[in-house]
Order: sequence, then C-alpha cells, then structure tokens
Amino acid sequence: MSDRNERDEKPEAVRRYELGKSTRRTFISRLGMAGLLATTARVTTAFGQSSVKEQSALAESKDAIPVTLTVNGKTHDLRIDPRTTLLDCLREHLHLTGSKKGCDHGQCGACTVHINGRRVNSCLCFAAMQEGNEITTIEGIGQPENMHAMQAAFVATDAYQCGYCTSGQIMSGVALLKEPCGPEDADVKEFMSGNICRCGAYQNIVAAIQNVRKKSG
Amino acid sequence: MRIFALNHTTDPAQAVATASKAKTAQQGAEIRFIGGGTTLIDLMKLNVEQPQTLIDINRLPLDKIEALPDGGLTIGAVARNSDLAFHPLVRKNYAVLSEAILSGASAQLRNMATTAGNLLQRTRCMYFRDTAMPCNKREPGSGCAAITGVNRSLAILGTSEHCIATNPSDMNVAMAALEATVHVRGAQGERKIPIADFHLLPGNTPQRETVLEPGDLITHVTLPPPAPGNRSLYLKLRDRASYEFALASAAVVITAANGKIARARIALGGVGTKPWRSTEAEAELTDQPANEATFRKAADAALRGAKPQSQNAFKVELAKRCLVHALKLATQPA
Repeated sequence: MSDRNERDEKPEAVRRYELGKSTRRTFISRLGMAGLLATTARVTTAFGQSSVKEQSALAESKDAIPVTLTVNGKTHDLRIDPRTTLLDCLREHLHLTGSKKGCDHGQCGACTVHINGRRVNSCLCFAAMQEGNEITTIEGIGQPENMHAMQAAFVATDAYQCGYCTSGQIMSGVALLKEPCGPEDADVKEFMSGNICRCGAYQNIVAAIQNVRKKSG
Repeated sequence: MRIFALNHTTDPAQAVATASKAKTAQQGAEIRFIGGGTTLIDLMKLNVEQPQTLIDINRLPLDKIEALPDGGLTIGAVARNSDLAFHPLVRKNYAVLSEAILSGASAQLRNMATTAGNLLQRTRCMYFRDTAMPCNKREPGSGCAAITGVNRSLAILGTSEHCIATNPSDMNVAMAALEATVHVRGAQGERKIPIADFHLLPGNTPQRETVLEPGDLITHVTLPPPAPGNRSLYLKLRDRASYEFALASAAVVITAANGKIARARIALGGVGTKPWRSTEAEAELTDQPANEATFRKAADAALRGAKPQSQNAFKVELAKRCLVHALKLATQPA
C-alpha cells in the first residue's frame, strides 16, 4: 500500500519540482488563469444550453416548484426543491461553479454573490425566494479576456494561494467599492472580515482592493 | 432539512392569518416567517428548526426607516441591518445603534439580516445547535449540557438551572439602552411591547424566548426622540477583532454636563440570557460626578447578580471593565 502511494506521488513531486523552476509569480499566475479558464468553459456550456437541458442533469425532486431566476442578466425557468439554497441552485442547476461552498452556514464567505448589487451569503438564501431579484456571480463580473479590475488586481498582487475563497473575496471586494468603507487598510480588513482565507493571503487581498480603490477613486 | 411549503405574500393581514394557525411562535414553530433567513436557514440546516410552512415576508411593505413627528424614528421589520446602521438619522441621533449593528456579523450577513429577525436572533450555545446534545431550550426536559459542559461564552446574568444560553445580538443591546418599542400585529390586532418586556428570562421555560404568540408579526420598531445633549456608544469585547460574538459588551446613552451625569441608559451584551438593561447601574450614575469611582460603582451594581459557570467567571470582571471604559469614552471631553 505504501509502495503504491509512493509511486503515485512521484509524478506529482516531479511536476512540482519542475514548476519550481519557474518563478513563484508565474506559477501562481498560471494557476489563477487556469482557474479562470476552467470557469469560463463551464459558463459557455451553461449559456449554450436551454433551461430544459440544464434540468436534465439533476434528477427532479418530487417536491420541486417552478422558480424563475435572473442570473448574470439571463433568465432561467427552473423546477427546484424549495430547500435548494441559492448557492446549490447556481452550482448544481445552472452549473455556475465559480461560487464555492465552504462552511455552508454563512461563516466563511466563499459563496458570496450579489443580489440587486449587494453582497450576500448565497448558502443562507433559498433560491425560490429570489424571483424578481438580479443575481450576479463571479462569472458575471468579468471573463479572462475582459477581467473586472478587481479580478485583475487579485492576479497582479497574488491575492490567493489555493484559490478556493477567491471568487467570494472578489465578489466582496467589488461590492465594497460601493459601500461606505473608510480609506485605511484597517477599514478594508473590517469590511472584508466575512471572507475567510485559510491560506492567509489577507495582506495581498487588502493590497488588491486598495489598488483598485486608488485607481477608481 | 425537512421539506416545507413556501408561502409568498404581499399582505400583512394574510401573513398574520396564515401564521395564526401555528401551535406556537417559539422553538419548534411549525409555521415561521422568513426575512433574511440568516438565523432560520442556518438552524433548519442543523434540524434545530423544522418548520412545515415558511411565510416569505420580504415583499411586505415593511422596509422603511423614517423620522417620526415627535423626533423619534420608525424602523420597518424587514429593513436590513446594513441600511439601518448606515442610515443618516441613525448615525446622527442613535450612534450606539449604528455601532452595535456594525460590530456584529459580516457585511454580507448585515445586507441580509432584518430588524425583526435580529430581535429574534437565536443563541449560539453549541448545545442548542447540536441535536445530539441535551438542551432544554431545543427539547424541553432533556437537560442542559452547557452547565456541566463548555460554557466559557455563555451567560452569567438571568440564567436558570435549566438554561444559561446567551442572547447573541448586538443590535438588541443598543435597542434596550435606547428604550425601543416593538410593534406587533397579531390575530387580536396591534400592540406595542417595550423592548425590556419583549425577551423572556429562561426560568423553567427556556424554549419561550419572547412574548410572541402564533400569528404575531413584528411590523416595526420605534425609537423615542434622542435625549437632548446625549452621547451614546457601543463597546464590544471579543476573542477576535471582527466577526465574532461578544464576550461582553456595553451600550451606553449618557447625558452629562459640567462633570455631572444627568441621565444614563445602560445595557450589557454577551453576558445575559436576554439583552441586559441595568437600571441598577443607571441609578448609581444619575446625578453623580462623571468619574471612575462612579463608573466602577455602576459596574459593580450591574454585575451584582452575576452567577458565573465553571469557565466564565472572567466575564464578571470583563463586563465591569467594559462598562467602565464605555462610560469613560462617553463622558470624556469631545
């Protein structure tokens, strides 16, 4: 068993060694772009499908009710279980997997999206209560070829390591631009305290947000 | 999560009529109003709450924050915490309320959470939140695991042998110091409940947290006009600098002139089973010189009835120092 594990890990170790030859910055940038590209591919697929096709991927709940949602400017007619959170609806029904599930209890911020321009925890909303609301996800903020200034700033300042919290961080950062947040780094930290980063990229997240504020302010 | 029927309504009368069919408006209610959902959906995911019907009240016309003719303020039940905290009239006349709200939760949660929902915010006692544990609040008669368990964050004021759960809200503490009035529309008509009478002590019935009955819909909260010349603030002490519940907090509304306190309203958070208004502290402050000796007397009076548990005796002194420091800040020269 241990022999097999060692053999399995070898290529990974080699891969890491080779990646190590490039600079840390190019390595992280590649990871970031890979993540963004993966997201884009799924968005394109989702946008290319009819809502009927979207539903076929997931078996319909016997308790399903009709719900019309507007996400990133596109209207979706869905049939979903009323227990479905907005987060699960986005990920499992609409295949918009940029929004992440961390704690699923409104404590980590990985699921942050905008409803009518305001940031919320999508894990603590029922999708069926969002009819008539404009929902915006990370996929609706910008794309690799046309990134939102906040996305570009996160890439430029290495504002992530594993990237799992990043879409939530960026959605919070974008919302913060319109909120009455004071000018100091301490103000940004307070306003961003609902987004946890287990890698501890906080310094660079604050730098990214401050860079965007300075440029736009 | 148990399946539920989702009821949308734009008519408060219909919301009240539907909710009136419930057996209780307290723990385990089979019909619940849902606003921001930040407490309720969390507890539904944990199976601590299992409503069969949810009445979505977000489309009711109850989101206004407006000045009253008498100089007070009316706050709609579904006005969001962030809108309330940043409202110009709140920042100008009720700083303690703005500061209390902004010291709690996160920006995302404050964008969702409503005024009425915050009034009804449930305890963070981990035994209440875990259905594998005994808890008299969740399951009357099952016992209190917290009294012999991990109780560092739990209450020292207003406890009973059946429950020591802390009321977690910051907003409620400010509302208590501001002497807010909760306006309810119920099956029997409308009524007003002073905030001091709205929350109940656990006693023998910790599952009953408020005076609300089936069908009771909080429509709005009113604040009296600000006391002339008052200064108010909220001081919160906690394990982290942000996004954490209070170990101890103090809401103070003080009118002082020439080094003497003319009027004081005091409430404590993080230490009580309900938002803890201390008229005892207020009596020690009124007509007394605004100095540390007076503040310390007031703090001693506020904590006189404290009953610490095995892990939270530190809260007695912490709460006293919190109140003393808040009073210093509120009375120091501008």
